[in-house]
Amino acid sequence: MSRKIKLADMSRADGKPLVHLENKDLMSLPGPLAGAAQGRSWAPLSEQIRNRYECLLDDTCAVNVPRPKTRQEENDLIRKFISGLEKLFTREDNWTFLQPLLLTMEHCARCQTCSKACHVFEGSGNNEIYRPTYRSEILRRLYFKHVKKGGLLAAWQHGDIVLNWPLIARLIELSYRCNLCRRCAQTCPIGADNGLVAHELRKLFSQEMGIAAKEIHNDGSMLQLRVGSSTGMNPAVVKDNIEFIDEEMTERTGIQVKTPWDVEGADLLLIHNAGEILAWPENPGAFAVVLNAAGISWTLSSELAGYDSVNYGVWYDDAQLARVAVKHAEAARKLRVKKIVLGECGHAHKALAVVADRVLTGDLNIPRESSMTLLRDIIMEGRIKLDPGRNDFPVTLHDPCNMVRLMGVVEPQREIVRRICPGFREMEPHGVDNYCCGGGGGFAIMSSNNFPDWRFHVSGRKKLQQILNAFADCMGPSIPKYLCAPCSNCKGQFRDMLAYYDLWEKHRILYGGLVELIVNAMEGVKPGFIEWEWR
Amino acid sequence: MTAFLYVVIYTAALAFTGACVSRTIAYARAPVHLRWELYPIPHEERERVKHGGSYLEAAEWWTKPRRTSLLGELKFMIPEMLLLKGLWEFNRRLWYRSFPFHFGLYLLIGTMALLAIGAALSLFAPTLMAGQFGEGVRLLYRITGTGGFGLAILGALALLAHRLAEPSLRTYTTAGDVFNLVFFAVALALLAAGDLSRGRSAPDMLAFSKALLTFDTSIQLPKLLAAGLLLSAFLVAYVPMTHMSHFIAKFFTYHFVRWDDAPNRRGEKLEVKIAEYLTYRPTWSAAHIGADGRKTWAQIAAGNPTRGIKE
Repeated sequence: MSRKIKLADMSRADGKPLVHLENKDLMSLPGPLAGAAQGRSWAPLSEQIRNRYECLLDDTCAVNVPRPKTRQEENDLIRKFISGLEKLFTREDNWTFLQPLLLTMEHCARCQTCSKACHVFEGSGNNEIYRPTYRSEILRRLYFKHVKKGGLLAAWQHGDIVLNWPLIARLIELSYRCNLCRRCAQTCPIGADNGLVAHELRKLFSQEMGIAAKEIHNDGSMLQLRVGSSTGMNPAVVKDNIEFIDEEMTERTGIQVKTPWDVEGADLLLIHNAGEILAWPENPGAFAVVLNAAGISWTLSSELAGYDSVNYGVWYDDAQLARVAVKHAEAARKLRVKKIVLGECGHAHKALAVVADRVLTGDLNIPRESSMTLLRDIIMEGRIKLDPGRNDFPVTLHDPCNMVRLMGVVEPQREIVRRICPGFREMEPHGVDNYCCGGGGGFAIMSSNNFPDWRFHVSGRKKLQQILNAFADCMGPSIPKYLCAPCSNCKGQFRDMLAYYDLWEKHRILYGGLVELIVNAMEGVKPGFIEWEWR
Repeated sequence: MTAFLYVVIYTAALAFTGACVSRTIAYARAPVHLRWELYPIPHEERERVKHGGSYLEAAEWWTKPRRTSLLGELKFMIPEMLLLKGLWEFNRRLWYRSFPFHFGLYLLIGTMALLAIGAALSLFAPTLMAGQFGEGVRLLYRITGTGGFGLAILGALALLAHRLAEPSLRTYTTAGDVFNLVFFAVALALLAAGDLSRGRSAPDMLAFSKALLTFDTSIQLPKLLAAGLLLSAFLVAYVPMTHMSHFIAKFFTYHFVRWDDAPNRRGEKLEVKIAEYLTYRPTWSAAHIGADGRKTWAQIAAGNPTRGIKE
């Protein structure tokens, strides 16, 4: 373990990272990974990367901020940062989150209750820089010094901090070491929200300095606004892919599958995370099977962004969040549907159904609903015939933070799993007390340099522990096990993390969505919809 | 000296009230923010509160009447306010130190209320206060006062020791944090010592309260007690100017952030407010925002920064 880190270390100008993570210092893992995980080494950052980008925080580099070449450039960046900091606390610029941010800045008692709730802090072996209050305390001191301009009195009361470029560079990276799961906020006795602090920092960097992780900005929200999807699929390509999926599903299920496109006046517009279409085509395919079998009037949209529910703005940029949400609503308005239903994607749920609720006004305020409730009603009303015996294998359910803790959709998916999976077992803790998969806040799609190593070693560690514990009684490779994750980003994290630790190869732990379990249990569908092979 | 003490006490009371009101107004006037609730939310229907669910679990929730339960909120808030239930659940070690401090303060606030009532009754119903009822009030405020002083002083010292001894707290402890706890311990200890060391001939706290209400400067207070009152008055004025005013913040963090799940419905008040915010003109500098100081949030949200970029 590195020496004890202080807040003042953030301003250190020695050009070195603050901490070096050792596997032996990380939280220990149970069962099959008790020793094996320690053996997984990290890919070191190359000299080239270290020379080109600011990698001053830890052993990884997620955002790739170029190193300023001159003192003038550094000073300009500092000035921009201060300007953005001030804007975070003005009504005109940040009406969207001003009130909760002020409350968090002015009332944290620094009691560290939140630290015990943070899976990143725990997973790292309690490394100080990942403590939820560490980044918040930096921002708080900057707020009292540069926004409130409290002078010596503020320094005495709230603590002082030296604002320089190394601090800003480290803060940029540090804002991308939080999954934004807000488990910490849930335990705060005062109601301060350190997850919000990470969110607001990302926003300052994006909206004022134009700095954001490439995967969520350039290759994410910008690409989506340009071609329609962060996958890069334009409407013609997505239609082609869905047509292919329909054919594939028809063959696999023995039922004719046809996905409707742009049906004006349909009851509901279903919006998938388009990543499903490319990475897990059986998920949108299974939706089509279930909705058609239940006689639902539904459609997909080929409008710009109307076929991709992702909204990465929810993690880092209010303007991008609003723009994508407006595009989603416009697609629904054009088709005159009664409601939008969100497919299995947690952040898309929170972005469109919750956060953007106070962005969409007038005829853009079209009702939004989770697919969990729609599927629950289809199952519980007996609109399709099911044989739970087809799902007779161990199943556990992951709770996507955005859908559960941050939206309150907790039971519908459980009602379904309890109804169709005799081998269902909960993780502990679960529901609103769940732990993040480790890929939240954009991490699941961020893979620059060795950031995936950090994701699997640190941010995903607690969830990994939960998964292993949930299947502790059947860990042998002879029993296939299903980790149900009704969220694309969570599935992305599980795909990569389970592979990283060989948990499919050695222990037959497979991950997948919820709707696939439903189709797997449907009578009239060819048995074996879930294919027990790695994908 | 007595008149000066009265002036300080009344000024402190005014400063406390003014600072609390000002802080409350500042938070209350902040714009309604984007939804950022956190589950469980105790005003949800009872069946949903059990698992932390929301009205969004119901199919076509917008077609159903929205029911919120004040009782549910009270069931959460009362144990939280009185017993610090959250801290008990999530940080037991700190609770053993924080609870005595806070509960001690509650008892002292109760003592002040009893003294104010007793003093008012002494003025307007002297016969009542001269009898058994008055004796009861005296006994009660002595019990709450003694308990309050004991718990609050012990709690403040325990919190201070914890803050200085525990490495995870020490890193984040500022000079102001130490001062705050020392201020509490010293002011309350001085006040308690002044009351305990008061001679039989000196006026008791009830007599002092009556004199304070009538601005009777003829009474003579022992110096130690006067010093305790003076310092406590400064403490009262100081608290709302610090992060210790979380008794105000907590109302907002719970009711206006964590539990604010009010949906935006067409034509309702909330939508009118949002429409106003969408006319604000942001000044963010990043190129993709496209904020030139003239465009409103609504125009920015309707725009597309990639327009004109070739594929």
